[in-house]
Amino acid sequence: MYVTTDPSEAKQIDPLEMPTLCPGAMAASNPWVAGPDHQASCGFPGELVDNWQEKAIEKMGELLGKYRSLKVYLDSCVKCGACTDKCHYFLGTGDPKNMPVARQDLLRKVYRRYFTLAGKWFPSLVGAEDLTEEVLNDWYTYFHQCSQCRRCSVFCPYGIDTAEISMAGREILDHIGKGQKYCNEIIGKVHTIGNNLGLRPNALRSTLEGLEEDIEDDIGVPVKLPLDVKGADILLVTPSADFFAEPHIDGLIGYAKVFHAAGASWTISSFASEAANFGMFIGSYENMRQISLRIRQAALDLGVKRIVFGECGHAWRVAYSFLNTLAGPFDFLDPRYPVPQHICEYTWDLIEQGKLQFDKSKNDHIKLTFHDSCNVARATRMGDMPGGQFEIPRNILKTVCNHYFDMPADTIKEATFCCGGGGGLLTDELMDLRKKGSSPRMKALQTVQQEHGVTHMAAICAICKTQFSKVMPDYGFERDSILSVHQLVSNAIILEAPHDEE
Amino acid sequence: MLTTIYACLFYVATVVLVVGFANRIRQFAMTPAPLKIPTMPAPTTKTGVAFRLFREVAFFESLFKSNKWIWVFGWVFHMALAVVLIRHLRYFVHPVPEVLAFVQPFGVLAAFAMVAGLAGLWARRFVVERVRYISRPSDHLMLALLMGIGLSGMMMKFVAHTDIVAVKAFFLGLMRFSIQPIPADPILLVHLTLVAVLMIVFPFSKLVHSAGVFFSPTRNQVDNSREVRHLAPWAAKLEADRAR
Ligand code: SF4
Ligand code: SF4
Ligand code: SF4
Repeated sequence: MYVTTDPSEAKQIDPLEMPTLCPGAMAASNPWVAGPDHQASCGFPGELVDNWQEKAIEKMGELLGKYRSLKVYLDSCVKCGACTDKCHYFLGTGDPKNMPVARQDLLRKVYRRYFTLAGKWFPSLVGAEDLTEEVLNDWYTYFHQCSQCRRCSVFCPYGIDTAEISMAGREILDHIGKGQKYCNEIIGKVHTIGNNLGLRPNALRSTLEGLEEDIEDDIGVPVKLPLDVKGADILLVTPSADFFAEPHIDGLIGYAKVFHAAGASWTISSFASEAANFGMFIGSYENMRQISLRIRQAALDLGVKRIVFGECGHAWRVAYSFLNTLAGPFDFLDPRYPVPQHICEYTWDLIEQGKLQFDKSKNDHIKLTFHDSCNVARATRMGDMPGGQFEIPRNILKTVCNHYFDMPADTIKEATFCCGGGGGLLTDELMDLRKKGSSPRMKALQTVQQEHGVTHMAAICAICKTQFSKVMPDYGFERDSILSVHQLVSNAIILEAPHDEE
Repeated sequence: MLTTIYACLFYVATVVLVVGFANRIRQFAMTPAPLKIPTMPAPTTKTGVAFRLFREVAFFESLFKSNKWIWVFGWVFHMALAVVLIRHLRYFVHPVPEVLAFVQPFGVLAAFAMVAGLAGLWARRFVVERVRYISRPSDHLMLALLMGIGLSGMMMKFVAHTDIVAVKAFFLGLMRFSIQPIPADPILLVHLTLVAVLMIVFPFSKLVHSAGVFFSPTRNQVDNSREVRHLAPWAAKLEADRAR
């Protein structure tokens, strides 16, 4: 705000700029509905069931008994309005139903009507409503305009987490046969093939071998990407995007180089070749559990001692916060290490022990900032201290890069803005929503571009990276200005070339 | 007659409040939280969580981060209400302990603060478009009710004094099941009626946020998911299918 690269272009960019209310602005934004096959693959009815109303209320009742969050949050909101301007989708669209409390109210009004005395006796007084087709459509529309980023929950005096509400909403929709295609198709693929992309073991093997060749051609060091190695120490579970697309793949190369430098014995599993767990997005404990159990199975089958997760936001949430619950206990692993660990924790440990050498100047063409992926920031931790999830990635970046600048304080760390594509919304038919939802983050990025000439942004989430490579060009950045954290590590790390006798 | 009506009203209101609220707390407490969902960064110890909840309840920490206007009005209202309530204890104990006598002068100040806080919160429901959008009639009614209680109470202090000794005798009597006559003072009766209504709607309204804040998993959970396995009873049942 004080120094600008070109004063004539200087304009005040405010990432938190308040939109004017435009009721219905996003009413037409809907993801494709899942077809019968995709529904069936997750254990849901193929199409909207005849008695959907009854089934939906029944499911809601069941969830109210299973999730304290849902019960407490539906009962406790006082409509204070503190959350109303906290959601990036509201800031980006102005649609009042994207205000977190209004999104909750879509479920709350039905809850009140069917489950509370006040709503049964005085519906109009407390805003209770019958579950009509119109309400159902609103559920589908607006529970798919929440990336479950939890920014609202930071600012609510009772910690009301709209993500819990939209997960419950999607769970109900799935159970009456109105699931979302993008998520359910992907979950089906994980159940049958083992990863979101449907990449089969052979394809995965040749991809990894190809990468090994590329790395050796590039730096002359035989860095390995082992697959299904029994008895390896470390099982690496990483989002399948890391196996094929930029900038994800450069991150994977970075992990491989770190493992190589540490002399670690590690492996990827073709059975659990996916860190992502879309079961969370649809609020399905059962699907989330099944997917997590694949990782347990892989760890047992391969006989590893540790599990390390690659760069993925919601995957790290499921891993850090839920894996022990869903697929634990992990008493068969080495008790000296937390289960699971994040690749950033792993790398930072090595850096602190002085085991990695870097040539920082390799990243001198980059002026860098860091996007705190919301799931990592607000739903997990790294290291021993609260807030390690903010410090450790930054520490790594500052170790490998000379020019690092943070975005404005009210847009990072616990107040970070979602990329706009999280929570199962990273699908093309939602592109309009995704672009609008990314605007607070993009504006924050523009402020550091103006102040410090920032050229690139690093992230540790596969969804964020994909999303940013799509939306950054709209804000005057190159597609490849979004980087993996371990891509920067990869650029700067110094590996010993092998001795001649090899 | 009047005395009987009010005596009954307060017995009913008390039972509804206590049973209703206890029931609500029981529901909250009995419903499992199957997953660890504290909003991070979160404390890693139980003591830390106790501090977090204390800051939330005493200072409205999250609200402070969120919106300074709502924080000012909300915090002033709640704290003033607390002082006013403490001050009112003098009508239920005899003899009045020194602490209560000490609070007495602040009570008057608090009454003004409480009404001012309420007015601010209410104004937001009209002035701020976003808050107007989310307000339902019940949100206005709740504010009206509290405002009515505050204003009628203040009127008895500053405009038309009521026979406070008789009022105290009435409530002490209620507590000892020996009904004493209530003064037939209209402002007092309005004040008491509104209070009874508030007590009755309390457990069925958004006022359960007073319990909810303690049961909110995003606020009351310890960040220790990697160290301690957290498993809800219904989730444990799902594990029957697991070989190992
Ligand atoms: S901040 Fe919390 S209590 Fe206030 S309106 Fe939003 S959800 Fe409701
Ligand atoms: S969780 Fe995120 S996307 Fe969902 S309502 Fe809250 S702020 Fe918006
Ligand atoms: S994709 Fe990234 S920024 Fe968006 S919801 Fe996930 S972690 Fe958050």
